[in-house]
Amino acid sequence: MSTTEATSSGLIGTLFTEAGSLSQFALQSVRATFRRPFEFREIIQQTYMVGWRSLPLIVTSGLAIGVVLSMHTRAVMERFGAEALIPSALAIALIGETGPLMTGLLVAGRVGAGIGAELGGMRVTEQIDALESLAVDSVHYLAVTRIIACMIALPILTTVMNFSGLAGGYMAESAVSGITMKAYFHHAFETLGFLEYIMPTVKTVVFGFIIGTVSSYLGYTATGGSKGIGRASTMSVVPSSMLLIFINVLLVRIIFILFPAGAL
Amino acid sequence: MTGPMPTIRFDGVSKCFGEKQVLDNVSFDVPQGGVCCILGRSGTGKSVTLKLLMGLLKPDSGNILMNDLQIEALDSAHLVKARKNMGFLFQYSALFDSMTVAENVAFPLRRHTSMSEKDIQGTVRERLKAVGLENDLDQMPLELSGGMRKRAGLARALALDPSILLVDEPSSGLDPITTMEIDTLLLGLKSAGKTTIVVVTHNMTSARRIGDLLVVLSEGHIVAQGTVGEMDQSNIAVVRDFMSATRGD
Repeated sequence: MSTTEATSSGLIGTLFTEAGSLSQFALQSVRATFRRPFEFREIIQQTYMVGWRSLPLIVTSGLAIGVVLSMHTRAVMERFGAEALIPSALAIALIGETGPLMTGLLVAGRVGAGIGAELGGMRVTEQIDALESLAVDSVHYLAVTRIIACMIALPILTTVMNFSGLAGGYMAESAVSGITMKAYFHHAFETLGFLEYIMPTVKTVVFGFIIGTVSSYLGYTATGGSKGIGRASTMSVVPSSMLLIFINVLLVRIIFILFPAGAL
Repeated sequence: MTGPMPTIRFDGVSKCFGEKQVLDNVSFDVPQGGVCCILGRSGTGKSVTLKLLMGLLKPDSGNILMNDLQIEALDSAHLVKARKNMGFLFQYSALFDSMTVAENVAFPLRRHTSMSEKDIQGTVRERLKAVGLENDLDQMPLELSGGMRKRAGLARALALDPSILLVDEPSSGLDPITTMEIDTLLLGLKSAGKTTIVVVTHNMTSARRIGDLLVVLSEGHIVAQGTVGEMDQSNIAVVRDFMSATRGD
């Protein structure tokens, strides 16, 4: 076996081992969710950290995305004389896909890295062992609370992202065409059904589970001092984002099959 | 070993990390209310022994009995329950850095007792006073010196009045006076007779002062165990080196 073959087979082996350990950790977390005590106080605190503290990033990004999408949409629609459809097209693009996915990726970057670094720091300074020694189930107390917080915060942040995007779109559109806010939002939502709004937003609960689980796992299994903490922090972003993009494709397909009315 | 029934029984325990055999068939007993000092050079498996006793690590073979519970066989729920009777002082204290000193000590009381907040605050003050930190309640761990952190860690380990206390290098990096204060605190617990203590230490003065049983580890094996008097008589080179360290031979 050549050196290259040996290296790649080693990498594949490591990848499968890590995937197996991650799945085990996810299963352990799901089981722990239903065990007492339910750690409500910690969940609220973590939801605040994940949700409230991500708001400035989400609102700013939403506004910018709305403005840019609106400009691109106008450039295309003008060619066909369909400027009246710009608010609808923007709403469909934002609410159906761009909003949920962008929110997921932004939260994976901001929160995922934070969780990875925080838990990694706790692991290498033996604070996780200290929790265990104080008769506390550390997976329950640290990982489950963060996973649930991400699952609660993601749909809320997605809604904020959607409306910030629409607001950005309105600002861009009103500057060009002088459309009123009432008319803009009326057109934006006239083609959207309830399920078409709900399904893409609800799927971000799964994104929250992925971000919380992957970053908690990487922080939880960090080794090797400050280098290990840095690695856990960086690594929390990349696999979370990749997994999120991949799962998004599956979820869109599932929504198309199970809820044809909710598919955009 | 004769005397009272052992509270802690470490029976034929082995532990490997990868290729490295850290403990190999290690056995010792600690009677109720006794103080066992585990001695040995760095990297001989002393801290691993404490983590095995606490159930933070699983042995590859052997049995660990604590208060009649077979630690290595417990599932996580039962292990959590068993740990309510155990306290652990970590080598680097492992205080929660997002909490103040008082919150660190209050943490186990809030989780595992139904005490009122007033009683919790009272107990926290009492525990911190015992380690000389009654004026540092609102300090964050990062604002404390190494010795103060260690004492705060000890106060947290003792918060629930554990029947078993595991202490990892209580005097490393501390001045002789602070070391003496910690030893005095451990001797106080010993004389009360309710707490069984296992201490990992390099400090022979401390070991002589507090230890009923000394266990010397070398390369994963127990090379000798006995009282201070018995160890002073030992002909084993490692033991002689350790015991002579305090006599200045």
